[in-house]
Amino acid sequence: MPSAEEVKSRIEAGIPGASAEVQTPDEVHFDVTVRASAFDGLSRIKQHRLVMDLFAGELGGAIHALALKTEVT
Amino acid sequence: MSDNEIRTLIAKAIDDNETILFMKGSPDSPACGFSARTVAMLQSLETPFAAVDILPDPRIRQELSAISNWPTIPQLFHKGELIGGCDIITEMYDNGELASALGTEAPEGAVAAAASPAPAAPMGIENRLGS
Repeated sequence: MPSAEEVKSRIEAGIPGASAEVQTPDEVHFDVTVRASAFDGLSRIKQHRLVMDLFAGELGGAIHALALKTEVT
Repeated sequence: MSDNEIRTLIAKAIDDNETILFMKGSPDSPACGFSARTVAMLQSLETPFAAVDILPDPRIRQELSAISNWPTIPQLFHKGELIGGCDIITEMYDNGELASALGTEAPEGAVAAAASPAPAAPMGIENRLGS
């Protein structure tokens, strides 16, 4: 099970210039806010896909649920 | 009906309806808190939308997610494009983007009302990723 710190560093490594805030009560459900200039000009669905794609294969497995908010910086 | 026929019908429904919501249950009787919240936001914008219940046959969800490449329900489409699921719709509703994305005027007070949303439904794993 990934820690909040691990999820944060994977997002920040996967999306250049991103900063992430991650909260998890149980290391299975995650509340994530990501701010990135890379989101500029993308629809929200594309912003979410950028983040979700980093965890493809784990959603529904090690990560049960990831509630996501994105902001353009 | 084959999986392929189901997929074709879903694609046609997305093409034929300017705004269409795939959800659990119906707008009058939603079967999941996330679907219920999404319906309530669309109704408060007074935007007409078609709704499809994905529960009667598991292949509807399977083929829908194959088309949209999006794992969770609900899914809102406008003019053939996936707008988002409950999280994205909530965020867009709160900041007024949803009304402009759907080409409707936000009713007076809708954004203010959204600042104190109704209590969220219990976080059910099955609502996000399951079945």
